[in-house]
Formats: sequence, structure tokens, C-alpha cells
Amino acid sequence: MSNHTRGNYLLEGLRRLGSVALFLLQLLAQSLPALTRPDLLLKQIYNAGARSLIIIMLSGLFVGMVLGLQGYDLLQRFGSEEALGIAAALGLLRELAPVITALLFAGRAGTALTSEIGLMRATDQLTAMEIMAVDPLRYVAAPRFLGGVIAMPLLTAIFSVIGLYGAQLVGVQLMGVDRGVFWSQTQGSVALHDVSEGMVKSLVFGVAISLIAVHEGYHAEPTAEGVGLATTRTVVASSVITLLLDYVLTAVFL
Amino acid sequence: MTSPPSAQAAAQAEAVVAVRDVHYAIGGRQIFAGLDLIVRRGRITAIMGPSGGGKTTLLKLITGQITPDRGSVQVFGQDVATLGRRDLYALRQRLGLLFQNGALLTDMDVFDNVAFPVREHSDLPETLIRKLVLTKLQAVGLRGAAHLAPAELSGGMARRVALARAIVMDPEVLMYDEPFVGLDPISLGVILRLIKQMNSALGITSIVVSHDVQELATIADESYLLLDGRVAAVGTPEQLRTSPSPAVHQFMTGGAEGPVAFNYPAPDYATQLLADSDE
Repeated sequence: MSNHTRGNYLLEGLRRLGSVALFLLQLLAQSLPALTRPDLLLKQIYNAGARSLIIIMLSGLFVGMVLGLQGYDLLQRFGSEEALGIAAALGLLRELAPVITALLFAGRAGTALTSEIGLMRATDQLTAMEIMAVDPLRYVAAPRFLGGVIAMPLLTAIFSVIGLYGAQLVGVQLMGVDRGVFWSQTQGSVALHDVSEGMVKSLVFGVAISLIAVHEGYHAEPTAEGVGLATTRTVVASSVITLLLDYVLTAVFL
Repeated sequence: MTSPPSAQAAAQAEAVVAVRDVHYAIGGRQIFAGLDLIVRRGRITAIMGPSGGGKTTLLKLITGQITPDRGSVQVFGQDVATLGRRDLYALRQRLGLLFQNGALLTDMDVFDNVAFPVREHSDLPETLIRKLVLTKLQAVGLRGAAHLAPAELSGGMARRVALARAIVMDPEVLMYDEPFVGLDPISLGVILRLIKQMNSALGITSIVVSHDVQELATIADESYLLLDGRVAAVGTPEQLRTSPSPAVHQFMTGGAEGPVAFNYPAPDYATQLLADSDE
């Protein structure tokens, strides 16, 4: 790769970053008016949140069950399998629930957001709104962004609860860890800051993914190929950013 | 075209849209090079020209979606390019635009699509909105289709719903972007009659952008023919048809040969065919 090409990539990357940052400011400016339209907002929370519920719950259950198996196997080597509850709860609350929910959210709700807005752009619906003197940033983009931001922590919380149930299912029902020990250890060791770490992470991931999804859709090339590319970019960018932010946030919290 | 100063002043006074010496280029391609035209109040003005000749771009300039590189576009006496967002939106509330594909919002049914601008811009009670929307849908003959989703409509029906939506706020100027493309004869006749009715019954100033010469001739009060980024001819459809200019004559009669190139610039036909067979 020549220096010239590298320079172009760098410039393009910076241009994109600037464009996303500007878009975030515009969205935030429109978020207050969007909050005054609960009908629009509720619909988007339903679209991003309720419609992702099944996939989040199923994945939560399986991740929790795997955690139960692996955790039990590891802990019994040290004869401390009664600590399974703490291991599963802390792993889920602080790390697995926010990250896996975010990755699933990007694939399920993020892509839906990008392709929906991209198709609205391609079929002149956004332009039609502008001509009717209705700001599509306020009517289309801001409610979808806020809907995603609100839905993410809720989905993460549900993922954690179902995941913990899955770990208990395998650890207690299958492997024979004492039920009372499992829950009392969990209750005794999980502190509020563990829960808030996961919630803060999920909120940050929610902002990042919703921003990327809405931005990509809003600025998609108005063609079939353009919308397809934008959708792919949403998944790729959201996943990488989620993992990067996860490291940064974990480092901050520890 | 020189007219006495008083006549010119009168024309300015009733001008709803005044485009003056507009230059506009996109991607290195010059779309307009000194465009001048006037749309007068209460008239049906046809903008004709070949595909890719900048007709839709002209509508974008009038609605302030883009701004000219040079020159000015005045709507209701306001220079569109200098307006802030708030003023531009206020101006757009006095305009209506019928998109070629209808551009209906796909997540609502026909009724809600027509009601959309009213709900966004007024606090009218729902009972009144219902009456208003049904009136407009009746005007385009689709009152019975109020519950349908946009995906269930044919192309002609979608355009009529879009027309109902465009007139629901009672705009002073209504712009039609290629309203006749891809319509069957019945839908086409209906749309033509509707454009005429909107104009005569509601007194709406109409700008119809199209390349369908025959259809436009039946309704237009005044026609502009755009060629090479300028106005090549202006007048009534009859005046245009009898124009001595070869380019105007070619467009009005649909000739492939003439000053307006039908073929995209290419190397010599025979040379290229022979060269391909040698490979």
C-alpha cells in the first residue's frame, strides 16, 4: 500500500468520524422534541426492543447454560463449585450480557434500522417529508435513535436474568450444586456497582450502535446496492466498536 | 423577447416563481447555464425537455433542496438560497410537490399518509382531520381506498394518493414531477383532468415537469422547452409546435435526427464493429 493510498484511507476514516460526530449532535438537538412525541418513541422502543426479545432471551438462556457447564468444570477442579453462582452472575452482569446483547442487537435491530431508513431515502420518503416541511431528523432519525438507546439496557437486564437462570439450571439441576448455596453466594457477593457496570456499558453500546445504524441508513446511497452496503457496514462497525468500547469501559471500571 | 417596461413589471408582479440566470453543475456536468423562466400565478406552466435535461433539478432548486452556483431562484418574492431553515420550511408549507413514484410513507395506510402533513402542522381535532382527508381522497376518487397500505396500490393510484396528500394543506403552488410516466390511458386521463381541475377549481398555480408533449399541450397555459441548460423556446403549446427552430421542431415532433443528439457520443460505428471482430 502506497503512502498516498494510506493517506486517503486515513482521510476517509477521519471524514466519516467527523460526519458521525456531527450527526450525533444533530440527533441530540432533535432528541428533546422527539421526547415530546411518546407515540413515535414507544413505537421505536417496541421495534428495537420488544421485537428483539425472543432472540435475546434464547441466547441468554444458552449462554447461561454454557457458563454453568464451563464454570462448574473449572471450579470443581479447585473444589469450589459452590462459587458457581458468583462466577455466573459476575460474568453475566459485567461482561457477557452487555457485550452479547450488543452484538445481537446490532445484528437484529441495527440492521433493521439501517435498511428501513436507507429504503426510505431510496424511495424519496425522506425527501417528501422535507418538502412537506417535516424534518426527517426529528420525525424519523431521532425517535429511532432514542428507541435503540432505551431498549439496549432493558434487553441487557433481561439477558442477565435469563442467563443466570440458565446457569442455575445446569449448575443446580444438572450438576447438583446446592440451590441455597448457589443463590445465597450470588446474593452476598454481587454488589450494586457490578450491576451498574453492566448497565453503563449497555447504555454506551446502545448509543454507539443506534448512532451507527441510523447514520448509515440516513446517509446510504439511494440504491439497492447502497442500502445493502450500509446494512453490512452497520453490523461490522457496531461489532468492532462494541468490543473496543468494552475494553475501554472495563479498564475504566476496574 | 423584449416587452415594454410596464408589461414587464406586471409580469413580475404576478410571478410566483422567478428563475434568473441560474447556473448549476453537478459532478462536473453543467445542468443549467443561464436559465431564465417565470411561473405566473394561477397558470399551468409546463416545463419540457429531454430526459436528463435538468427538469427535476429545477424543482429541487424551487423547493430549496439545492442552491444554484450562480443566479437566483425567487419563490413568492423570496430568494430561496438565502432562506434559513425555519423560513425555508415556512415557504415549503405553501408549496406542494407530487413525486414521480408518489413517495408515500410505507409504514402508514392511505388515510394516514394524506393526514400526515395536517397532523404535523396543525392541532386540528381528529374529527376535522378525518373530514378534510376524506374530502381530498374523494377529489382523487380514492375515498374507498383509505384503509389500503401503499404496497397495495397500483402506480396510478399511488400517484393520486400522493396528489391528495400534496393538496391537503391547500398549497398555492403545486409541482408535478413527470406525472404521466408509466400510466395506463385511463389513469393518465384522470391525472390530466385532476391537474386541470386543481388549477381551475382551487386556483392553484401548477408547474408540470414532463417530456410528454401531447399530454402537456392539452392542459398547459404556457410551456418552456429546456435544451442544453437554457430555455430554448417559450410560448403556448401551439406556438412551440410551429416554431421555426430546428431543435424545438425536433423535440415537438419526436425526431431522432436533428440538432439534439439522440445517440450518446461514441466512436465511429463501423470502425468499432470491425475492431471488435478482429479481436
